[in-house]
Amino acid sequence: MSKFDNIKKLIVKEQLKLDCGQTISDFPIAYETYGKLNSKKDNAILVFHALTGDQFVSNINPITKKDGWWKYAVGSGKAIDTNKYFVICANVLGGCMGSFGPSSLNPKTGKSYGNDFPVITINDMVNAQYFLLKHFEIEKLFCVTGGSMGGMQVLQFVANYPDAAQTAVPIACTSNHSAQNIGLNELGRQAIMADANWKNGKYEETNSSPDKGLSVARMAAHITYLSKNALQEKFGRKLQERDDLKFSFDADFQIESYLRHQGSVFVDRFDANSYLYITRAMDYFDLNKKFGGNLSKAFEKSKTKFFIISFTSDWLYPSSENKEIVIALNSIGADVGYVEIDSDKGHDSFLLNVSDFLQALGNFLNKSYERLNEKGI
Amino acid sequence: MKKEFRIIADLIEKNSRILDVGCGDGELMSFILNNISNNIRGIEISKTNVQKCISKGLIVIEGDAEKDLFQFPDSSFDFVILSQTLQAFLNPEKVLDELLRVGKKAIVTIPNFGHWRVRLNLLFKGTMPITETLPHKWYNTPNLHMCTIKDFSNFCDNKNINFIKSLALSKERVLNISKNNLSTRNFFSDLGIFLIEK
Repeated sequence: MSKFDNIKKLIVKEQLKLDCGQTISDFPIAYETYGKLNSKKDNAILVFHALTGDQFVSNINPITKKDGWWKYAVGSGKAIDTNKYFVICANVLGGCMGSFGPSSLNPKTGKSYGNDFPVITINDMVNAQYFLLKHFEIEKLFCVTGGSMGGMQVLQFVANYPDAAQTAVPIACTSNHSAQNIGLNELGRQAIMADANWKNGKYEETNSSPDKGLSVARMAAHITYLSKNALQEKFGRKLQERDDLKFSFDADFQIESYLRHQGSVFVDRFDANSYLYITRAMDYFDLNKKFGGNLSKAFEKSKTKFFIISFTSDWLYPSSENKEIVIALNSIGADVGYVEIDSDKGHDSFLLNVSDFLQALGNFLNKSYERLNEKGI
Repeated sequence: MKKEFRIIADLIEKNSRILDVGCGDGELMSFILNNISNNIRGIEISKTNVQKCISKGLIVIEGDAEKDLFQFPDSSFDFVILSQTLQAFLNPEKVLDELLRVGKKAIVTIPNFGHWRVRLNLLFKGTMPITETLPHKWYNTPNLHMCTIKDFSNFCDNKNINFIKSLALSKERVLNISKNNLSTRNFFSDLGIFLIEK
């Protein structure tokens, strides 16, 4: 019995050739859906999740018992309205919420793969999720969307399947991972691998896990998801349940206590090896290079209508990197809109209740859907 | 919809590719989208206006016409519209060159600083003119490079830009501008509307 027995899974029978050269088949892609697929099958939205997300976009996550990670954006009457649209989200390849990943059992050894799992890429993730379209017999999605690593998957999806989506909304992302972002990911990986419990990735065999390392990785990453202003406003130099400094290395400051908490709750729901593999996939992402240094070529064959969204205080995937995608699309006369949302909440803005963002997303989707239906008549 | 927009819309051919530079809240774009061509997009600098455009289902790119036109290839639009903003740019000449690079034709409208009321205001009151089309004070005006219909006409002549159509809006009346009546139109018109090409 596994805790993932009762969640939806598609077992992909076909072979999937990975970028690393290996071929996989008979592997599970865990997914969840919200809303109803209509008879014309023209109302499906495929949502791609970010680094530490999963398929449980909305409602209560049945495994963690917490709210879905995109609860502000997806649900009844929300920007991505589940009364109108059929929302599909899958756990990425390499993930730890039921899809094929390093914690899956290797039938050859009877133990989990650990770091024998093949190194996967954003391209592999997208190709694995494409099987869901066949599964639901959806010829063309109404929209593909996602933030951060989810946005990268959106770009890759349109490049791989130029006719498979009417619209694409990449949010707070990039077409190639910057040195700063690779560096930050490496910091997280080294924290995990420096934990004695990591045991070269074979920790599950000894029933241990590199919680300390993973927690430090999460703490560091969490800072990058926020902004200086947001941190200053929320925590400043406020002390944690004490009147004065204790002259020790306890969590004197609220920010320390907050980050420690974030780290400790993260290890309960996330697998350290998955963290290594997924951050690697992000680092390897370079759509520009894949198309000979010309990002426009990635989208040349597509008629997909793009809407790109970035946030003013996002320094991890800054507006300038999002605008590079807009520029690449404009230079081939593609259909593209762009908005930079004013928010001081940093990269995390796309996950939070940022009304300008949610309004823009909802309006874009609803108006585009209306227009497609008008055309249809 | 204001008269100026109706005149602009009349200058646009059906089903052509259009870019509205500084599209504001998308009023003109909506009209064109519903009546003339569905191949229209805008660039707009104000976040509030960008949101309004999105809520109307318009394609809009948040950006600055002065910096962001470079990304469009040569002749990627049949018509590029610039309504009453040329005078607000740091470098209007560069913007005009860019308009005529990305568009086969451009429609440019300018508030006329040569109108008699403006002239009288400066002559008799001795203060910077404030009128319906130029409602700002000297210290808060976004208009850095005011010009007259005559100025714009001479400017385009010097740059070998062709006038396909030159119209003057005076109150609600639309009149043709020609070489012979240029001084008169420059004296009595609120707005100049020019369809130009390089």
